[in-house]
Amino acid sequence: MLLVCAASFLGLSFFIALAIICRMIILVKHKEEYKPGKSGSVRVLVVAGSGGHTTEILRLMESLSPCYNPRHYVIAETDTMSKDKICCLEVSRKYKYAEQEYTIHKIPRSREVHQSWSSTLLTTLHSLLYSGPLVFTLKPDLILCNGPGTCVPLCISALLLGVLGIKRILIVYVESICRVEKLSLSGKILYYLSDYFLVQWPNLKEKYPRSIYLGRVV
Amino acid sequence: MKSAFVTVGSTSFDELILSVTSNSVIQIFRELGFEKLVLQIGRGLVRPEPCTFGDFTLEVFQYKDSIAEEIQRADLVISHAGAGSCLETLGAGKPLLVVVNDQLMDNHQLELARQLHRDGHLYYCTCKTLADTMKSMDLSALKPFLPGKTEEFAIFMDRIVGLEKVD
Repeated sequence: MLLVCAASFLGLSFFIALAIICRMIILVKHKEEYKPGKSGSVRVLVVAGSGGHTTEILRLMESLSPCYNPRHYVIAETDTMSKDKICCLEVSRKYKYAEQEYTIHKIPRSREVHQSWSSTLLTTLHSLLYSGPLVFTLKPDLILCNGPGTCVPLCISALLLGVLGIKRILIVYVESICRVEKLSLSGKILYYLSDYFLVQWPNLKEKYPRSIYLGRVV
Repeated sequence: MKSAFVTVGSTSFDELILSVTSNSVIQIFRELGFEKLVLQIGRGLVRPEPCTFGDFTLEVFQYKDSIAEEIQRADLVISHAGAGSCLETLGAGKPLLVVVNDQLMDNHQLELARQLHRDGHLYYCTCKTLADTMKSMDLSALKPFLPGKTEEFAIFMDRIVGLEKVD
């Protein structure tokens, strides 16, 4: 059991290290060149976490034009409230715009609140087994997320697709408005792995110079 | 009828419920001209009995699907430090007093309440300082809380994905 854990940990660390290095190189050189919107539409994968995370990300989604279509929402298996909120938003979009498509997918949570760190590694790997094939199937142009644990395996899967040359996926992370002084755990990880990392308070912009500060967007 | 709404969201915050229903704080409500107090007690074990005494009414409930109506009806909202409650109240343009639960450890939601207090959008206290804060606060001095700039986000996104129109 311990050997499996150790091997998984080493394997995962190696992949993450490799992804980070490749990603940094790709980011520095080619970020500005990848413009999926040139085709006229952008396929989006939206990570909706529980409660406040969903409310925030849906406010952001409301502001986007109908070109961001189709929209694939990913929620955690145990999340019951987000689905209703998503459907509410999408129904109102249907009234406003023609030909809008959306889907909702469920994946296992990578970490429950207060879950121990030793078991978190295993549950994260478990989530990766679901998020990898999902991202591969959907091949979105863009992933939009704002901090729930579910976004980490999804973004890692997106990175892997990019590193393997299968599909380049823009990763946009918007840190929650609740994070004023410190980043969330997902934020700390994705700060290095995302293409665009938005913060909503000036303190965070100072501490994390690679981030983008547009003011409060939610 | 001037009314105050107390909300603890989905948490339990018995200390707050006890404080706002204490004789001294009810007296302060009356002195400030309030005639009604509505308590949303969530998971709390302390459940005051709804009642009317003289010209003062007390209403109590655990949860509702949406507290938007209660917030709309209130002249003052007293809330735990939950981001959802704070943003919903400020978005409705209502004066807000946040009471911090110092029994909770590592409450990251405190960061937001503290910052909004620094920016002059709400008042901020603990159960121990509730009475003094209520007596000294000036609700008219609170600054309006403007909604987030979602259109800035949309413009940013259009630019980075290549959807923006180039003239």
